[in-house]
Amino acid sequence: MALRTALSRLLVNSQRCSLISVSRAQGTSAPAAYETEEQVKKTPKVQFNCRDVLDLEGQLTEEEIMIRDSFRTYCQEKLMPRILMANRNEHFHREILNEMGELGVLGPTIQGYGCADTSYVAYGLIAREVERVDSGYRSVMSVQSSLVMHPINAYGTEAQKQKYLPKLARGEILGCFGLTEPNHGSDPGGMDTKAKYNHSSRTYTISGAKTWITNSPYADICVVWAKCEDGRVRGFVLERGMEGLSTPKIEGKFSLRASATGMILMDEVEVPEENLLPHVSGLAGPFGCLNNARYGIAWGALGAAEFCFHAARQYTLDRIQFGVPLARNQLIQKKMADMLTEITIGLQSCLQLGRLIDQKKYTQEMISMLKRNSCGKALDIARQARDMLGGNGIADEYHIIRHVMNLEAVNTYEGTHDIHALIMGRAITGLQSFTVGK
Amino acid sequence: MHRSSEVKHVASYLNTRGCECFGQPCESHCPVLTDRTIHVQLKTFIKIRVKPDRTGVVTDGVKHSMNPFCEIAVEEAIKLKEKKLVKEVVAVSCGPQQVQETIRTALAMGADRGIHVEVSGKDYETLGPLQVSKIFAALAKKEQADLIILGKQAIDDDCNQTGQMIAALLDWPQGTFASEMTLEADKMKVVREVDGGLETIKIKLPAVVTADLRLNTPRYATLPNIMKAKKKKIANVKPADLGVDVCSRLEVLKVDEPPQRQAGVKVETVDDLVGKLKEAGRV
Repeated sequence: MALRTALSRLLVNSQRCSLISVSRAQGTSAPAAYETEEQVKKTPKVQFNCRDVLDLEGQLTEEEIMIRDSFRTYCQEKLMPRILMANRNEHFHREILNEMGELGVLGPTIQGYGCADTSYVAYGLIAREVERVDSGYRSVMSVQSSLVMHPINAYGTEAQKQKYLPKLARGEILGCFGLTEPNHGSDPGGMDTKAKYNHSSRTYTISGAKTWITNSPYADICVVWAKCEDGRVRGFVLERGMEGLSTPKIEGKFSLRASATGMILMDEVEVPEENLLPHVSGLAGPFGCLNNARYGIAWGALGAAEFCFHAARQYTLDRIQFGVPLARNQLIQKKMADMLTEITIGLQSCLQLGRLIDQKKYTQEMISMLKRNSCGKALDIARQARDMLGGNGIADEYHIIRHVMNLEAVNTYEGTHDIHALIMGRAITGLQSFTVGK
Repeated sequence: MHRSSEVKHVASYLNTRGCECFGQPCESHCPVLTDRTIHVQLKTFIKIRVKPDRTGVVTDGVKHSMNPFCEIAVEEAIKLKEKKLVKEVVAVSCGPQQVQETIRTALAMGADRGIHVEVSGKDYETLGPLQVSKIFAALAKKEQADLIILGKQAIDDDCNQTGQMIAALLDWPQGTFASEMTLEADKMKVVREVDGGLETIKIKLPAVVTADLRLNTPRYATLPNIMKAKKKKIANVKPADLGVDVCSRLEVLKVDEPPQRQAGVKVETVDDLVGKLKEAGRV
């Protein structure tokens, strides 16, 4: 057990494509002629490595490499074995929050309060490793880190930070982020959820409905955005047990099945004024959080794409049709070339974005651009990979179809593909095209 | 039972040799010594290549990591520190520059400081248990260690000698293949996994213990610990500074791949089978 897992860590961490099994099941075709030649010739200094084409590894600090390796091991050893059934049976493993909390990967960019205070590049690497297993797990982690811990840290009072952040960091309590409504998805500004201040009791009364909320059925706290009487949107921390608050689960989801999604229904919920996040008002609040999450998603989606690429590569090398491996075919090789190109280029851009964010030299359009690119390309890669697996591609045992389903949601949430195009368009032209008005 | 806080100890020798042969447990990889040539069975998992000059296997570009048994040793050392039974955990590794990564991993798991014994080039290729144990013995005296924990064997050469040799050189007691170790006053109770079952011994400190598979399950290095590891010190030492000669007494004559698997022969009847076996001199 320990030895095998430790040994499997070495297998998982090995970077060299050429040294990983190009082996096939016993009794199948002999190794290609050029391979045998390679064994006799002296190994050239630099080899093409399909696990890291442009040497992303060389651009990371030692610390970032250690963080990635340690977390990759955890994901492959502890998350991968669970995901098949979790996805099939739509079961949310609440305990992964505690496990991740122990590893210190929740809210990793926050300083203090039991958080790691690491770089944004490290956060991206973490997201990529989780999503390599499943986008649902990464959604859970993103919500906890970027959409719950971040707003409390950025916009909350010291008392709120002390009260919630350490527990959130350890995964003791689970949070969710309530912005989207049944009638307001891409236009959160038009939200119907209202918050009314009561001078006598120093509370706010909040009423409204939020939907498509990751974690809500199991959440202990909800960071809800509501329109106040002055027309400004503000954030409130609601706690489970408050009267009038309920979080029904959304059934019949075919995407992100390993994560629980639900609604937040608020029927005149009385929230003490201490639960208001005072240091922000207006849409800048929720958007600040979303940008944080979108950055993680830009990295994460490529992790899912990488999994699909490598799975398809191995499958087409193993599967023999018409006497040769599928990988011998031009159509297959073209698909793999396209996939690997997009993944490699995408990762380089994410690294640069991470470095810019760490230097505080970024704009939200940069993040929009990469979220859109990574998700769109990853969805396409997953679909191609599914196709390459043929019939087996629709079986969840091969995992690719699960990524295909998940990436549909990932492409849509946190700003749809089209909305991010408009965000960029506005920056490019100076003209907004969200509304039909001026 | 709390030991006095004066106990320090030197933690595992971190074997960072290229772990080329991994995937399945070691019984399918065993160096067989015949006629002074060493046959290393190739794994179907990983393409290990014999060097063109047949003096060894290619290690260039192969990712090196901490030996799994040494990971278990580091974990045990850190556990002892967490129980406040030892004061300091020092992680030591011998090899070229790259071993610093492995020492950092140990620091990230919770070791206090590291020592990198620099051995590179030809010396590193011929570095074996005897030289390593001499280095360790010298370090143990210098650091005044009370306990040395290492992995029972490296999974690339499967020597299973270093721990025993260190104990012999220092004239310390040894508890090898430990699946359990408990500090009781000034003695270490070690449960050893032996062929006949489990053997429990009590050894006086200072002592050498080698870790076996079931001693513990190594922790994942947590993010905060990885960040802290950056600030921990790794000292640089040369074997000469310790008065150790790393010259090898062994010479590798040649390394070959195992012979290609031959096709089998199908027989029609049991009689045919017996006949064929007799022909081959097997019955």
